[in-house]
Amino acid sequence: MSIELAGIVKRFGNFLAVDRLDLDIRTGELVALLGPSGSGKTTVLRIIAGLEPPDAGIVAFHGEDTTATHARERNVGFVFQHYALFAHMTIFENVAFGLRVRPRRVRLADAAIRKRVNTLLELVQLDFLADRFPHQLSGGQRQRIALARALAVEPRVLLLDEPFGALDARVRKELRAWLRRLHDEVRVTSVFVTHDQEEALEVADRVVVMNHGRIEQVGTPDEVYDHPATPFVVEFLGDVNRLSLPHAPERSGYARPHEIRVSTQPAEGAWPAQLAHSATVGPLARLEFALASDGSRVNVELPRDAYRALRLVPGETAWLTPTRVREFAA
Amino acid sequence: MTSAATAGVAFPAWPAYGRATATEPALLRRALIGGALLFLTLFLFVPLAFVFYSALKKGLGVYVAAVFDPDALAAIRLTLLTAALAVPANLVFGIAAAWAIAKFDFRGKSVLTTLIDLPFSVSPVIAGLIYVLLFGMQGWLGPWLREHDLKVIFAVPGLVLATIFVTFPFVARELIPLMQAQGTEEEEAAVVLGASGWTIFWRVTLPNIKWGLLYGVILCNARAMGEFGAVSVVSGHIRGETNTLPLQVEILYNEYQFAAAFAAASLLALLALVTLALKFVVEQRSRIRTERKASS
Repeated sequence: MSIELAGIVKRFGNFLAVDRLDLDIRTGELVALLGPSGSGKTTVLRIIAGLEPPDAGIVAFHGEDTTATHARERNVGFVFQHYALFAHMTIFENVAFGLRVRPRRVRLADAAIRKRVNTLLELVQLDFLADRFPHQLSGGQRQRIALARALAVEPRVLLLDEPFGALDARVRKELRAWLRRLHDEVRVTSVFVTHDQEEALEVADRVVVMNHGRIEQVGTPDEVYDHPATPFVVEFLGDVNRLSLPHAPERSGYARPHEIRVSTQPAEGAWPAQLAHSATVGPLARLEFALASDGSRVNVELPRDAYRALRLVPGETAWLTPTRVREFAA
Repeated sequence: MTSAATAGVAFPAWPAYGRATATEPALLRRALIGGALLFLTLFLFVPLAFVFYSALKKGLGVYVAAVFDPDALAAIRLTLLTAALAVPANLVFGIAAAWAIAKFDFRGKSVLTTLIDLPFSVSPVIAGLIYVLLFGMQGWLGPWLREHDLKVIFAVPGLVLATIFVTFPFVARELIPLMQAQGTEEEEAAVVLGASGWTIFWRVTLPNIKWGLLYGVILCNARAMGEFGAVSVVSGHIRGETNTLPLQVEILYNEYQFAAAFAAASLLALLALVTLALKFVVEQRSRIRTERKASS
C-alpha cells in the first residue's frame, strides 16, 4: 500500500508545523522521517494516521483519497513513543483489542482471535508474557507488544512515532535491528519518526530529512549521507567541520571528521594545524586541531592504530588534507 | 533514612528531610500528636458520640419509634430519592465536563473550569434562592409553570435541582486532574485500532478512571444527602412531603423533640461513617492503582 501526501499544511495557533509538504511512500517501503524536534515529523505521521486533520492538502492511500476518512476507518497500525498500552488489560487482551472491537459481522471467532494473538506474540518473541500486565514489562518488551497490537489488525500501513525514543541506548540498538528484520519479514509499508540520524540511516530504505515543516531531502541513506542537498542535511546527519574555502570565499565547505587526512609532513595544499586535544574512544581516536591560519577548530577521527602510528602529541603541528569537501553557498 | 542515621553517615541534600522529621525532639512530637488528638476529640468524637447518646438516651423504643415515625420515614425516602436523582445526574455531567476539559482544547475552557467550581464558592442559601427567583411564584418562569400546572419550588423538583447545583463539582473536580494526567494516548491507540467512541469510553477511559469516579460519587452522595442550606430555601418545609432528613432534624429540634431530632441526626451521622469507610477503601485501591500506573 503506497501513501501519497500532497500540499499538506498544518498550523497550531501561530505555529506552522507542516508547510506545503509533498511526499510519496512506495508499497512495502520502510521510510524514516528524520528531523529535529519541532520539524513537523510527528505531525506528518499523525496526519497520515488521521489523528490530526490537515488544514490543507490531500492524504491518499494507494491513490485513493483518504483525507476525510476517520482514523478508525483507515486501518493503520500506530506505535506510540510511550507505548500507550492499555494499563488495565493483560498483554494478551492488549494485542487482541483491535480484533475484539470489530463490528460483529466482520469479527473473527474467539478461537481465531486467540490463534492470531498467539502468533503475533510469538512473532515478537514474548508469548510467555501473555497473562502479564503492561506495568510488569520492561520498556523494550512493552514496545514490542505495542508493535504486535498494531500488527494484529493487519494494517495497510504501519506508523511508528519515535518508537525507541524512551528506551535506553543498548535496548534501542537491539530493537532497531529487530525492527529491520521484522519489516523484511512482514513487508508492510512503514513510516517511522526519529530524531536520531544513526537510527534512520541504519533502519530505513529511504530517509526523509525534515526541517521547519518542510522536506530538505528525500533519498536512500547513502544518497542523503553522501550527497546532501542542503547545509542543514549535512549538519543534521552527523558531526561535520565547516571550513572556509580559500579559493571560494563566498562558499563554505563541509568535511566530516573521518574525511580528513592527517600527516606529520607538510604537503602541497595541506593546512597546518596544532593538535589541541585528543581522546581515544574504543576503536577511534578523536582529535581536535586548531588551524594555524585563523585558529578555528577542526575535528578529526582516525582509527586508533593510525593515530598511534602518527606519534602525534598535543601541542605539535600536523598537516590536514580534507579527502572530500561538500560545498554550499554560505 | 534510619540506616543512614545508624551508620553515622551524614548524607547531604534529600535524606536530610527524613532525618529531620525522625529526630524531632520526642517532647515536641508528643505535644503535636496530643494536640491534634485533643482537637479531634473535642470537635469530632465527642459531638458524634453525643449524637448517638442523645438519640438513645430515652431508650431503644423511643429511638425506633422516632425513626419509624411516618414523617421521619417520608424524610428518609425523600432524602434517598433526591440523592438517587442528583448523584446520577452529576455523574453524567461530571464525566462529560471532565472529558471535555481534559481531552479537548476549545475556546472558553478556563471559563468552564471556573464555572464548575462556582457551587463551592457560592453560599448554598444563594444557590437555593437562585431557583426560587427562577421558578418561584414571583419568579421568571413562575407564571408559565403555574399555567402548565407544574410545581418546582416547594416540591421535589426544586429539591433535586438545588441538590444537583450544590453537589455538581464533586465528580468533575475529582476526574479532571486524573484525566489530564492520563492524557489521550490510550484513547488514540484505541481509535486507530478501529474502536468506536462508545467502545473507547467503556473499555479504555472508564477502567482508567473508575476509582477516581467512585471517590467523587461517594463524596457527591454524602453531600447530596446532608445538604441543608440550599434545600431549606426551596423546600417550604411541608412535613411528610418536602422535608429531607437534615430539614427534619431542624424542625424536630426547634419543637424540642430532642430524642427524635437526635435519632434522625444519628442516621445522618451513620451515613457519614459509612462514607468515611468507603472513602478509605477507595483511596487504598486507587493508591495501589496509581503506584502501578506510575511504575508502568
